[in-house]
Amino acid sequence: MSELLIEIKDLECRIDDQKILQGLNLKINKGEVHAIMGPNGSGKSTLSSVLAGNDNYEVTNGSINFLGEEISEMSPEERSWKGMFLAFQYPVEIPGVSNINFLRTALNERNKFYGIDSIPAKEFLKMVAEKSELVGLNNKLKNRSVNEGFSGGEKKRNEIFQMAMLDPKLSILDETDSGLDIDALKIVANGVNKLKSSENATVVITHYQRLLDYIVPDFVHVLHEGKIIKTGDKSLALELEKKGYDWLKTDSNI
Amino acid sequence: MSYTEKELKEELDNKSYEFGFVSDIESEKAPIGLNEDIVRLISSKKNEPQWMLDYRLESFRVWKEMSEPNWAHVKYTKPDFQNISYYSAPKKKKELQSLDEVDPELLRTMEKLGISIEEQKKLSGVAVDFVMDSVSVATSFKEKLGELGIIFCSFSEAVQNHPDLVKKYMGSVVPHTDNYYSALNSAVFSDGSFCYIPKGVRCPMELSTYFRINESGTGQFERTLLIADESSYVSYLEGCTAPQRDENQLHAAVVELIALDKAEIKYSTVQNWYPGDAKGVGGVYNFVTKRGICGYRSKISWTQVETGSAVTWKYPSCILKGDYSIGEFYSVAVTNNFQQADTGTKMIHIGKNTKSTIISKGISAGKSQNSYRGLVKIGKGAKNSRNFSQCDSLLMTDQCGAHTFPYIECENPTATVEHEATTSKIGEEQLFYCMQRGISEEKAISLIVNGYAKEVLNKLPMEFAVEAQKLLEISLEGSVG
Ligand SMILES: Nc1ncnc2c1ncn2[C@@H]1O[C@H](COP(=O)(O)OP(=O)(O)OP(=O)(O)O)[C@@H](O)[C@H]1O
Ligand SMILES: [Mg+2]
Repeated sequence: MSELLIEIKDLECRIDDQKILQGLNLKINKGEVHAIMGPNGSGKSTLSSVLAGNDNYEVTNGSINFLGEEISEMSPEERSWKGMFLAFQYPVEIPGVSNINFLRTALNERNKFYGIDSIPAKEFLKMVAEKSELVGLNNKLKNRSVNEGFSGGEKKRNEIFQMAMLDPKLSILDETDSGLDIDALKIVANGVNKLKSSENATVVITHYQRLLDYIVPDFVHVLHEGKIIKTGDKSLALELEKKGYDWLKTDSNI
Repeated sequence: MSYTEKELKEELDNKSYEFGFVSDIESEKAPIGLNEDIVRLISSKKNEPQWMLDYRLESFRVWKEMSEPNWAHVKYTKPDFQNISYYSAPKKKKELQSLDEVDPELLRTMEKLGISIEEQKKLSGVAVDFVMDSVSVATSFKEKLGELGIIFCSFSEAVQNHPDLVKKYMGSVVPHTDNYYSALNSAVFSDGSFCYIPKGVRCPMELSTYFRINESGTGQFERTLLIADESSYVSYLEGCTAPQRDENQLHAAVVELIALDKAEIKYSTVQNWYPGDAKGVGGVYNFVTKRGICGYRSKISWTQVETGSAVTWKYPSCILKGDYSIGEFYSVAVTNNFQQADTGTKMIHIGKNTKSTIISKGISAGKSQNSYRGLVKIGKGAKNSRNFSQCDSLLMTDQCGAHTFPYIECENPTATVEHEATTSKIGEEQLFYCMQRGISEEKAISLIVNGYAKEVLNKLPMEFAVEAQKLLEISLEGSVG
């Protein structure tokens, strides 16, 4: 029996005067992989930001129920502690803060929230070794400042490394495949697959069906003008690859 | 020993400032105001020899003819120099042989500051010369240092016991005629630290002095003189906290460093004077003259983390007189609320092949103003000299200001002078990224700021670096907007 992880209902949001999400509905159960595709500017990254709690976007309608709790008003950090993870399309650089220190702070902040002691250095380092191997993260990158001077592909790998360290319930991967070379794509996808369990779920946002050969989705959604206009299985991604989005756009206008 | 109701209330009101407690130690105060008699009084209280009194009187004469400088990028109500008491000393003044003899109240004060001498003795090997208000009342590690011939004592003691060294070097780097505040300091300085490292000796521990302003309305005029003889090395830490006050307190210190041939001095400061409240009321005025002189192949590094004071006016400088000498300045200056800081350095290249490095990291929050003012002067004879300056500013809000005033005077064409400057606003995207990973905003700010200031923090000795990080965190609480 599948258990509900997140349910998004009639979600609308805007920034300044521009409406972006316009009545979005999506339901994800534990153990599932959902792919979200859609043309540039359709609102994919906005959706992930809103789910993560970026308050630049004003939620004007709808609800987000995450693990049985309404989270639209919850701070980003609390959502994170509860198991929300976003692999950013454009990961930011934080000069002077080592990757290791960053992650240790993140884990300890979460522990603090749950009233658990901070993680001992030895245990932490063991975990770092394990998880970085999982995504094939170059050893040197761990001690470098967060994303500073990382290549595009290295940044993406680092996102998945962080995901592995935080072991989230819901992972949203926003175009994690872009910028990865073919080998890296396989390694990263492999890592994501290993992290999958019956307790968590993954949302992959992508433009290319190729990634979905490695991370096989249970559902594929098409986002257009802030709404999901079509949902299908993996074959929908193949169809989109051939036909593009135009046929759907006209469809939805009817 | 008792509190008046007013003092008690004041203390309770002031709880919000982290270290804002008032130590309950009786003190002896000079009458308010400044004239020749006061200068004489200070000198006689300290039992000073004639030459010291003469120096004070001459400085006082010079000061009276000077006027307060106006060029700094700060606005404040000029202190009323006639409304300050220029001398204050704990009453129970006697020679202390061991910690047992130290006033328990003072020990408690030190504990509140997190610097219990006991602990420091055991754990960190730091010798603490504690300056309480104006007179040093506790000195530790003297014997061990004494075995190496190192002199580390209060300035007053040095005047009594090492008059030749004091006479030779006092005023040799910062003459009493140098500027308004240094002239004032030379006339009325209360006490401070004196340190002499003999030839070829590496001082085996960090020397440390904690300063506190402890009496309401008492001007604090510290005097520090540090001499590193040929081929010696010393690392010196200066840290301070001040109790909260609702009136402006003046602090005008003079620090002189002398690095003789092949000597090295590392001078680190963590400064946390009371900055005034969130509305900009109160706070310490900090007008400091710090300067060092380098002999042949010697080196002076100034490292400072400045988070306090309502108004800061401070330019630790190096005179690179000896050939191949090196001057360094690493600074983090934080201003929040209504704080104003005008700080920087002067690197005066005189010798050949001299080298200087300036790394300045300004952080402005609230409605504060943070200015970097730096002078790099390459003299005619400073062949092949090099300077590198980097001045970065980080803005936390839209209402604060960061300003950079670099002055370069180059009289020798073989010299290289490089200056880089950047200004950035703390990124919303950076903050969101951290928060998404479960790092709260406050913590994220501290992480980002510490990352930004890392180059400088790394130059501090370990224990100090930790303290400095905490200070950055405290002073930037609730500062993003
Ligand atoms: N911070 C913002 N300020 C102004 N407009 C924004 C902002 N964020 C998103 N938008 C607008 O919202 C729309 C959706 O953007 P979003 O980044 O969500 O698209 P996307 O589907 O992720 O596109 P892509 O495939 O190119 O990544 C776009 O028109 C974009 O310009
Ligand atoms: Mg996008």
